[in-house]
Amino acid sequence: MTQLALVIDLNVCVGCHACVTSCKEWNTSGEAGFLSDDNPYDKDPTGTFFNRVQTFEVGEFPNTQTVHFPKSCLHCEDPPCVPVCPTGASYKRPEDGIVLVDYDKCIGCKYCAWACPYGVREIDEHQKVMKKCTLCVDRIYDAKLPESERKPACVLACPTNARLYGDIHDAESVVSKAIRENSGYALMPEWGTQPANHYLPRRRTEMRIHEDELERADNPLKIDGRLPRPGVKDPSLDDVTSW
Amino acid sequence: MNPALSVILLTVLIGAGQGLFLALFVIEAVVAAGVAAAPLPGFYLTGSVLALLLLAGGLLASFFHLGHPERAWRSAAMWRTSWLSREVIVLPAFMTLVAAYGWAHWQGVSATLLLGVAGVLLCLGLFLCTGMIYACIKFLQEWASPLTLVNFTILGCASGVTLAAALAGQRGETFTACIVAWAIALTVAGLLTRVISLQRNARLKPRSSLQTAIGIKHPKIAQKSQGFMGGSFNTREFFHGRSPGALRAVQWVFLAGAFVIPVLLLSASLAAPALALLWLACAVQFGGLIVERWFFFAQANHPQNLYYQTVS
Repeated sequence: MTQLALVIDLNVCVGCHACVTSCKEWNTSGEAGFLSDDNPYDKDPTGTFFNRVQTFEVGEFPNTQTVHFPKSCLHCEDPPCVPVCPTGASYKRPEDGIVLVDYDKCIGCKYCAWACPYGVREIDEHQKVMKKCTLCVDRIYDAKLPESERKPACVLACPTNARLYGDIHDAESVVSKAIRENSGYALMPEWGTQPANHYLPRRRTEMRIHEDELERADNPLKIDGRLPRPGVKDPSLDDVTSW
Repeated sequence: MNPALSVILLTVLIGAGQGLFLALFVIEAVVAAGVAAAPLPGFYLTGSVLALLLLAGGLLASFFHLGHPERAWRSAAMWRTSWLSREVIVLPAFMTLVAAYGWAHWQGVSATLLLGVAGVLLCLGLFLCTGMIYACIKFLQEWASPLTLVNFTILGCASGVTLAAALAGQRGETFTACIVAWAIALTVAGLLTRVISLQRNARLKPRSSLQTAIGIKHPKIAQKSQGFMGGSFNTREFFHGRSPGALRAVQWVFLAGAFVIPVLLLSASLAAPALALLWLACAVQFGGLIVERWFFFAQANHPQNLYYQTVS
């Protein structure tokens, strides 16, 4: 069984919103119709997005870390939004685990949005149907695209490669390895939704230097002194130049 | 949550309609058992029509909650998994039985008690469906409790029986005082269970936190940006935008309006029978239950709100 998913590396994300804009661009131009906006160039712009980047500050000044946090549908393995849908418009594809909404069946009752703890479903205020990340299902299977481009738009757009895409049920996939080797975790595990998307934590790079590494091992008598200055005319190497 | 008037009206109106139908059936059963005198002709028919009007009003209100009401018929499809879908099936079925019950009384068909029993089963099923729509969402901790079911049922019964008392008083039935007493008892029971659920909700500890929401173990996390500035569905649908003080005030308003004042009015009508008091009790209780339902929705704190604490 396949479960496609994204793995988002919070250690690498710089919060540039390129995934947000590329997602909007791709998904507003597709066969399924536009993602409507209101006041896009005016006061209080608002609209339907599949993906948002939020920013959090962790810690207290001066020991703070800024964490940019991209958030989209997590394509849960046990999605609470699917069984509550009265029409069957919200469904999880058995073949690849993508959670989708059939816009032709959706009645816009918003019950699925109530039943999603992550708040990743947004109603389209003009088409009056529920919308959410499709994992670019109209792109990842498009045989007309070169193999390397059959990935979600956000993954292709990310300039720092913070977004990985693959099958988390395949132990050797890039996403499974990333989760396994870099402590990938799921959001709100307390509700048992088993999100397919995972996040990789912030990892601070630290050098571990032991005391004995700070001492010159070839100077047992602790006699430090300057090397004799070479004459001005003498040929010299960079590391013994005295001027 | 941001309460939607359509859903408030749906739950209050069908609750009252269900309660009224239950009252009619119980009266008929008691009369059939020979304990009470039969009502004047037309009582059951008038009651059934009134119950049907309330149920139809609720059904009509529910359509205003939908983005695509013309596709509402599709919502009967997923009854295996969705309580909403089950409600969509049970509500019209119950309305059909209430209509049949009224018609049978009108035409003098003898199977009214049998129709009534079937109606009662569907009525209880409808209370179950309506309550479970909210109680089954486990991360809305204020709703995820059997008390949600109990309150929907008892408050529906209380408002329906108050209405039945006013109807009986209007028609000058001999058993009016008895129904008024039942209305008082149910309203007091409703007050009791609603206060228990208020106390439960006041003690709730949210299982989700900003730490579990973004998966970072640190006691101090502050949102600096939610990713947009002009609002979104997430900020409109899940925040009621009122202060905690306003919410507390609303709580006292509904405790008075849905329970205390109606009980006082009903008791006064027992002491000095007056029709106006009964209808006033109905009206005040209906208004109080509208406020109660608003509070029910507003009090539910959705975990998605953790992601939308600061605009920028």
